[in-house]
Amino acid sequence: MNPPAEAPRIGVFVCDCGFNILGVVDVPAVVKFAAALPGVVHAEEYKYMCSDPGQDLIKKAVQEHGLNRVVVASCSPTLHERTFRRVVSEAGINPFLFNMVNIREGVSWVTEDKVQATEKAESLIDAGVRRVTLQEPLEARSEPVNPNVLVIGGGIAGMHASLSLANANRGAKVHLVERQPSIGGNMARFDKTFPTLDCASCILTPKMTEVKIHPNIRLHSYSEVVSVDGYVGNFDVTIEHKPRYINEDLCIGCLKCIEACVFKDARFPNEFDLGLAKRKPIYIPFPQAVPTKVLIDPHDCLYLRLGTCKKTCIDACEKDAIDLEQKPDRVSLKVGTIVVATGFKPFDARRKPQYGYGVLPNVYTALEMERFLSPTGPTEGVPLLQDGRKPETVGIIHCVGSRDKNTNEYCSKVCCMYSLKLAHLIKERTGAEVYNFYIDMRTPGKGYEEFYERLLSEGLKVIRGRVAEVTKAALTRAEKDHLIIRAEDTLAGFVRRIPVDMVVLAVGLEPQSDTQELRRMLNLSCGHEGFLQELHPKLAPVSTATDGIFIAGACQGPKDIPETVAQAGAAASEALSLIHRGVVEIQPYTAVVNEELCSGCKVCIGMCPYDAIGYDEEKRVVHVTEVKCKGCGVCAAACPTGAMDQQHFRKELVMAEIAGVI
Amino acid sequence: MAEKPKVALYWCASCGGCEEAVVDLAEAILDVVAAVDIVFWPVALDFKVSDVEALPDKAIAVSFINGAVRLSEQKEMVELLRRKSQLVVAFGSCSHLGGIPGLANLWDKASIFDWSYSKAPSMEPGATTRPMTKIQVPEGELELPEFWDTVKSLNQVIDVDYYLPGCPPTPKLIANAVQAILTGKLPPKGAVLAGTKALCSECDLNETKPDKLLIQDIKRVTEVQLDLKKCYLAQGVLCMGPVTRSGCEALCINGGMPCTGCFGPVQESPDYGGKALSFVASIVDLEDPARAQEVLAKVADPTGIFYRYSLPTSKLGRKKMPRRK
Repeated sequence: MNPPAEAPRIGVFVCDCGFNILGVVDVPAVVKFAAALPGVVHAEEYKYMCSDPGQDLIKKAVQEHGLNRVVVASCSPTLHERTFRRVVSEAGINPFLFNMVNIREGVSWVTEDKVQATEKAESLIDAGVRRVTLQEPLEARSEPVNPNVLVIGGGIAGMHASLSLANANRGAKVHLVERQPSIGGNMARFDKTFPTLDCASCILTPKMTEVKIHPNIRLHSYSEVVSVDGYVGNFDVTIEHKPRYINEDLCIGCLKCIEACVFKDARFPNEFDLGLAKRKPIYIPFPQAVPTKVLIDPHDCLYLRLGTCKKTCIDACEKDAIDLEQKPDRVSLKVGTIVVATGFKPFDARRKPQYGYGVLPNVYTALEMERFLSPTGPTEGVPLLQDGRKPETVGIIHCVGSRDKNTNEYCSKVCCMYSLKLAHLIKERTGAEVYNFYIDMRTPGKGYEEFYERLLSEGLKVIRGRVAEVTKAALTRAEKDHLIIRAEDTLAGFVRRIPVDMVVLAVGLEPQSDTQELRRMLNLSCGHEGFLQELHPKLAPVSTATDGIFIAGACQGPKDIPETVAQAGAAASEALSLIHRGVVEIQPYTAVVNEELCSGCKVCIGMCPYDAIGYDEEKRVVHVTEVKCKGCGVCAAACPTGAMDQQHFRKELVMAEIAGVI
Repeated sequence: MAEKPKVALYWCASCGGCEEAVVDLAEAILDVVAAVDIVFWPVALDFKVSDVEALPDKAIAVSFINGAVRLSEQKEMVELLRRKSQLVVAFGSCSHLGGIPGLANLWDKASIFDWSYSKAPSMEPGATTRPMTKIQVPEGELELPEFWDTVKSLNQVIDVDYYLPGCPPTPKLIANAVQAILTGKLPPKGAVLAGTKALCSECDLNETKPDKLLIQDIKRVTEVQLDLKKCYLAQGVLCMGPVTRSGCEALCINGGMPCTGCFGPVQESPDYGGKALSFVASIVDLEDPARAQEVLAKVADPTGIFYRYSLPTSKLGRKKMPRRK
């Protein structure tokens, strides 16, 4: 590193931030301290440094004192680093000869003792001044933003985001990737939605069709994203289309092949119906599936499994669309932004064995009940017991896998409301008496409390208390041949045993089981419960720590349909705002190799999350592809010799800063 | 004929291997002997300290001093040689960085004596004898040098002009250094007379290293049949080549053993062990924290591996001394 070309003339500007800093830190003393530091020619205090007069004061001081480096001691750089870099730049100084010292979040907000706080502020400013002395002028570069967008997940969030983007984004493509054979997500499984009780399919299928026919949307169904490289504005994406064994372009969805299959009966569990209904090896997941293209399950198909079959499906297909030799096929795309809408996974009710799921007959999860209630479901909309009778009494257990120290501590937010909805529908279809066992009835939302009141007036039985167990062990004649729900009624103050015919478990929402792989691929972070983490819980709810990647819907945490759709719209608008700006500014914090020192040991290459480092066989050293480098600094830390360094975070700078603090 | 330059060789806390290395020059040593006048070399020639004391200051052209400094006598001797020499070359890892004896900085005088003179299995139970610096015997007072709590590298005791790294330095590097001194073609003061890059740069096996060097397990050499044609790191065996200064031409690696780092850090890296540790932690590619911990636990004696030759000159320096009561 070269020493600074001209002697440093540093200005230090200390902000009071009203009483935020001044209330704890002795700012005049700090200013006096700063003024005496080596290289500092000017130091002053102001009430609000970020205000217009504060900014003017910095510009004026630069002129008057011929400053060539600036330190502002105020709040966190995430808040105002951009502001002050602009100010410094407007004053004619390279913005990277500026350093921001955090004496609010880092000092005054977290230190009670005034003497200690003042000392801490002084040592941080000392560090900042030492650092700025060694900083080098750098140039931020800008890169164009590719207008294409990748949307991962074809549930209601992904579809809504795709449509918003496609409608606004003329001439660019939205690539919607869905791993299931059809888009629609979990919402497609529902019969009605709360609290309005409108038919889920009636509001969902038009959107699905719109996605299918939209000229700006390219739907990749039955596909998965296998790799994402690059950075905001310029991502390289690889998508794998899983083999349907059907040529999608030729299949018209006449379904004649399904009829012709050598299996005369549907005998394989249908994934869409959660195994409650059966399908053939060649099938469509559900009648309204989009795309309406059949697929073959290679584990069930005789030919694909054993290699011999009469292949009657091929004869039946008038379009020659069936291709039993189809292989997975990969496509590479370039996109500028990514919307992640991968949704949730329902809690596995087997993890609460006391409720008998998978062991006792007639115990179902809420999602299974949604299928029973659906006119296209296994019982065509009327929930039935395993012996074919209509249930006379049904118990719905809330908070299964939610608000529970043994499984998930968080509230899954939607279960109270969907349980009320299920109670209403079960009552409507079967006339059964329905009991809801709840801990707290959580109905905050437009029309939600009213819905609860309506259910109560319809004669819904609600019992406040967490259910201890569901058992078949009858104690009385009335309990015989029933499932008995044992729970403490905490309002009445005693333990109840309620015999029912059917139990519905209101399972919570969990992160998808491969969220970690997705997180690594996209370089995102997860909260402790495993959902994807937003950049800021209040002010950046759909942004992530990786620029250009946005999240929407239940992949970020449990939420209902209106909230999911709102987030999807927000994510689309964030992506559009980047696309319409057209360029992204890339910070010049890139890694640089000292070729004189690099031994070509390649340790850094494996570390780089962005594939920005390559090995030069001829020179036997590594080289950094600047446009790919995001300046994470991993390589500089891993470099065994110090040959790798990072601009704006060079070792000398970091060491000088540390020396100032200690 | 002009007077031949005077040369001294001396040893401090060392194993004697560096002396062997000089002898290893084989026929070349005859050229050296012919070109110089050795005035002091306790291991081979019968000169006395008084002979050195009798020389005028700066009379010796160059003193090669090996071994770390841990006794008062060694301090006296190296100070004497410094005074009498124009150049002082720290010879070998111990003198350069503190070396293997430097690992004694994980203890102190009291605990070392306690072990060596009482608790070691070879001692009689109940033995309490301790070396003393002075003792009265009928013939008069006997004196032994003071044993220090802390082992030091040569440059922590006297000013050093050049460093010849290695445990021991290779004959080629010694010959080059002697040649440079005799011809006066010397680099700036303070230089380490070896390569400037890390060892991978001159290791033949670097070609076989995968571009993404990530390992799922750490193996000790005793646990694996090493493929001698393939980078040892890629086989999961810890090789310190990436952290270590080059110049040895991958001697150990060509001999079937991984590099242990005797040449010390390259110039830009101030703390060898810290860099070694972060490099090893970097290449272990395991997502499961429990498994990662299990694998990293296979690095038996991390201080001994990462600071094998450089503890006294590292940022750690030594174990904190116990408080005096």
